[in-house]
Amino acid sequence: MHYLEAVYAVWLREITVFFREKERVISAIVTPLLWIFAFGGGLGASVELQGVNYQTFIFPGVVSMAVLFGSIFYGLYIIWDRKLDFLKLVLVAPIPRSAVFMGKMLGGMSDVLLQVVALMVIGIAFGMAGMDSLVLAVPAALLLSMCIVSLGLIMGASMSSPDGFNLVMSFVMWPMFLFSGALFPVENLPSYLGFIVAINPLTYGVDLIRFAFLGTTAFGPVLDVAVLLGISLAFIFIGTKSFERMQV
Amino acid sequence: MVPVSAISIKKLSKHFGKLRAVDGISLEVKEGEVFALLGPNGAGKTTTISMLCGLLRPTSGKASVAGYDAETEPLKVRKSIGVVFQQPSSDDLLSGRENLEMHALLYGMPGEGRKERIDSMLRLVGLTDRQKSRVKEYSGGMRKRLEIARGILHKPLILFLDEPTVGLDPQTRSHIWEYIRKMSQVEKTTIVFTTHYLEEAEKYADRVAIIDHGRMIALGKPSDLVRKLGGDIMLLKSKEPALIASELRKMPFARSVKIKEGIVSVTVPDSQKNLPKMLRLLDGVDSIEMHPATLNDVFIKYTGRAIREDSAEGSYWERIMNSKGDR
Repeated sequence: MHYLEAVYAVWLREITVFFREKERVISAIVTPLLWIFAFGGGLGASVELQGVNYQTFIFPGVVSMAVLFGSIFYGLYIIWDRKLDFLKLVLVAPIPRSAVFMGKMLGGMSDVLLQVVALMVIGIAFGMAGMDSLVLAVPAALLLSMCIVSLGLIMGASMSSPDGFNLVMSFVMWPMFLFSGALFPVENLPSYLGFIVAINPLTYGVDLIRFAFLGTTAFGPVLDVAVLLGISLAFIFIGTKSFERMQV
Repeated sequence: MVPVSAISIKKLSKHFGKLRAVDGISLEVKEGEVFALLGPNGAGKTTTISMLCGLLRPTSGKASVAGYDAETEPLKVRKSIGVVFQQPSSDDLLSGRENLEMHALLYGMPGEGRKERIDSMLRLVGLTDRQKSRVKEYSGGMRKRLEIARGILHKPLILFLDEPTVGLDPQTRSHIWEYIRKMSQVEKTTIVFTTHYLEEAEKYADRVAIIDHGRMIALGKPSDLVRKLGGDIMLLKSKEPALIASELRKMPFARSVKIKEGIVSVTVPDSQKNLPKMLRLLDGVDSIEMHPATLNDVFIKYTGRAIREDSAEGSYWERIMNSKGDR
């Protein structure tokens, strides 16, 4: 069927380009490692949380951060893309815009997944989690990236120039990371902070991935999955619409 | 059903805020025609093409492409057309062949015959030897050839070329045109191209629409448009241009007398007979330059300025392109 073939074509392009852009892959892995070993290692020398070393505690949070940053950057990249590159060609091809969105989304999820799996393997090698935790952690990261890549693509499709890029960093990316429980437990927070954390989709991703690695959870994996799935479906719907509206 | 007109545009307009990028253009392009949209940079050519391809929604007016409404039946339109963008849009991290394979997938080309079609397109644009190199290793001319091959790969009824030769050196330009012509003959494709190179419109187009500030100011065969000017263009240098101009205006055969930067220009029909007559009547002319009328003179006649005086369109993105390097 042509629809699936078109999704496949867009996805294939993304994954091919990903493997050929080594700088992007390397930087995507190095930043989280800095967090784990500098921040986690430094603070972890004297802090323990929920019965584990702090470094081990934030490891799932840093994995979530890698998903968040990778997904948002990937989504925003289409601002450049649609002015210059491949996207313009894809938009004049006789395929529905939803197929373009789905291909892009799956491409982004694949990119992010490969980065995150590399990170997970490094963490496991340093004894921060067991090998068997991958069974749950990989699908959890995939679900989270579906949610955030869609969000990134919505923002990328709605922005007409790269000027808003820094605003997205300051008002979306960093707040989502810092108010997510990636770096601290979300139980017993003061009410204002608790509220912000509770409406942040990343919180549920962190919780789910932490459950996969450490077995601890604040909301329970079922609620986490339900929230992430619901938000993802909403974002996919909005994203498809914003791709249909998008002009070049 | 075979449409009578490949493209039919009625009062098409596109406004960006206060700017009327395209302002009520109406025209028809016949099947099999090579049609040029000629105008200075920023005249609205690219915007027009973008609307015909369904990349931009018109503010008002209607466009039908290959018999389908560009706004309400975009998928059918896109199936019938090929587009070569002004900015190189092939993926530079992919090889030339990979770009074509991707294109075939996007256009749902049947699996059998796909490989042969790609082979023959690569041969046609002379890229068979370099098909496995990544596009970032291509020269500007090679990239353009690849894009032309891609534009025509799925056998579109209509091929849009937006400034197909901009930024290329003259030799490469004429090569590219050889390929485009070969394609239009082999594939019998209707071709619509935009250009600000007059010679290209004059040489390669069956008909041309001259566009300025979003409006169409002339439409017809290049030779007809030039003939309508009625004569050759003379440029007269003199110390007293105003005097010369007023003398010329008295002569019955002199047309469109204008002074620009101290040089008097005049259109003279039947110049073999009229030139000696003119010189007998004029005093104080230091030098005369004569050239046969071109589309540029047509443009000057309607707008009062030459076609290349404006600065380059898309330079902002060109700068980004350059700064982007190899990505």
